[in-house]
Amino acid sequence: MAAPTTMRATADHADAVAVAPGVHWIGAFDPDLRSFDIILRTANGTSYNAYAVRGGTGVAVIDTVKAGFSERFFHRLETIADYDEITTVVLNHLEPDHSGALPELLRRAPRAQLYVSHQARPMLKGLFDPAEFAGRITGVGSGDTVDLGGRRLEFFNTPYLHWPDTQCTWLEDEGLLFSGDFLGCHYCDTRLFNDAVGDFRFSFDYYYAHIMRPFRAHVRSALDLIEPLLLRAILPAHGPVLREDPRDYVRRYRALSGSGLHRNQVKTLAIFYISAYGATRRMAEAVAAGAETAAGDNDATGAVRVSLYDIEGSEPQPFVDLIEEADALIIGSPTINGDAVKPVWDLLSSLTMVDVKGKLGAAFGSYGWSGEAVPMIEDRLRRLKLRVPVQGIKAQLSPTPEEFAACHSLGRDIALHLLGRAEARVIDMASLA
Amino acid sequence: MPKAQVTFQDIGVTVTVPAGTRLIEVSEKVGAGITYGCREGECCTCLTKIVSGHENLAAPSVLEDQVLKDNLAPRHHRLACQAQILGGSIVVKPT
Repeated sequence: MAAPTTMRATADHADAVAVAPGVHWIGAFDPDLRSFDIILRTANGTSYNAYAVRGGTGVAVIDTVKAGFSERFFHRLETIADYDEITTVVLNHLEPDHSGALPELLRRAPRAQLYVSHQARPMLKGLFDPAEFAGRITGVGSGDTVDLGGRRLEFFNTPYLHWPDTQCTWLEDEGLLFSGDFLGCHYCDTRLFNDAVGDFRFSFDYYYAHIMRPFRAHVRSALDLIEPLLLRAILPAHGPVLREDPRDYVRRYRALSGSGLHRNQVKTLAIFYISAYGATRRMAEAVAAGAETAAGDNDATGAVRVSLYDIEGSEPQPFVDLIEEADALIIGSPTINGDAVKPVWDLLSSLTMVDVKGKLGAAFGSYGWSGEAVPMIEDRLRRLKLRVPVQGIKAQLSPTPEEFAACHSLGRDIALHLLGRAEARVIDMASLA
Repeated sequence: MPKAQVTFQDIGVTVTVPAGTRLIEVSEKVGAGITYGCREGECCTCLTKIVSGHENLAAPSVLEDQVLKDNLAPRHHRLACQAQILGGSIVVKPT
């Protein structure tokens, strides 16, 4: 029989687990989960980590659990505190896997004040009727603190890790960072601590790739806040408690959120195309040639590195890595059955895994009789939050010299935009499609 | 019909638009870098800096005002999905 990959619930200890003096883990294990938020596979299940911090004048509860696991959470909490002692509840992230037990906790702990980020406050109405807890909800930002009597919690505003509301909470006297989803992973192991559990490096990197990577600029901003801290342990909202060499995990995030390619001052323009009869390929070559005319030399005005890729020649993933690093993206697709072709959509649907906001985008392509692909790609690029400043080029069947010239101009205009040398234009809205 | 001019600073384009147009209608058509989420004035994704001509936009609704406050929006920032152009010249820049 194969050895179990996950420590089972039968090994689950029912009590709270001491993490540091006056600090307990009171979360829940979910070893049987096999996919999370639809977008992640969870071979080892997950844990919903919640913590309690005891001070001289009150107890703080940091995060709760998914609703179906509330009973275990409350049981563990009751082993180390009375509800009347709870003065503080902190929610570092309000997604349902962390807020499932929150309304009931606030009902059971009538003295507790809830602390969430300023961004979270208006979102709470999606979880419960805030009127029920009127006067008990406080929005906090970086530098705000809560006194528990002899020890205090400090908040760090770390938005978009991975929602607008996310924050971290710092217990300075013990050097503990309650990091929410940041630095977490889906890896259920009842041995709990990183020096005791199985090898979870894959889960840690996989979690980063699917949850944090689209927000890597925000990851870097959060690391700027966290790196100066005298960390003794990181207590994330999922996965093992990182008490052995916690800085290794911070360094790993720094490496993962850095550029995957060698960088210099050159702007990069990536042109991706797919072609049935060669017309869209030749349009792509014209776009690239046009971009080259604006590319310049490696002088003070900068330069553009133009690259051309046939989508048919690769799985989407390597292209996604390229696009993450590119400054501009131009997509060429023929129109078949009134649509862009599937490999183009496969690539475009993969881009939610990376941050493409603010990059420049454009589209072109050949068609038989209707040519819907170009506006559909432009619309998708806009929805991905790219800027699409130049109207795309469509050509029926074999492009004419004028249409090749338009492709040439498209490439040149996008390259000029990249270099900040695009001419200012004045246009009438009525002339826009 | 009265006209207004909106300049999108990030792409260097000025658009002549009819009075009454919302920023979202023109920024999407021209391909500026303002990004949209809910498009209903709730999520604050389209928060936009009004570089000049703030007075040439209709005053924010109660809902927009609340969302701007909730999200700690700096002065002279608006939701592009809500902000209606009245006339004159306006210069905007995505946040």
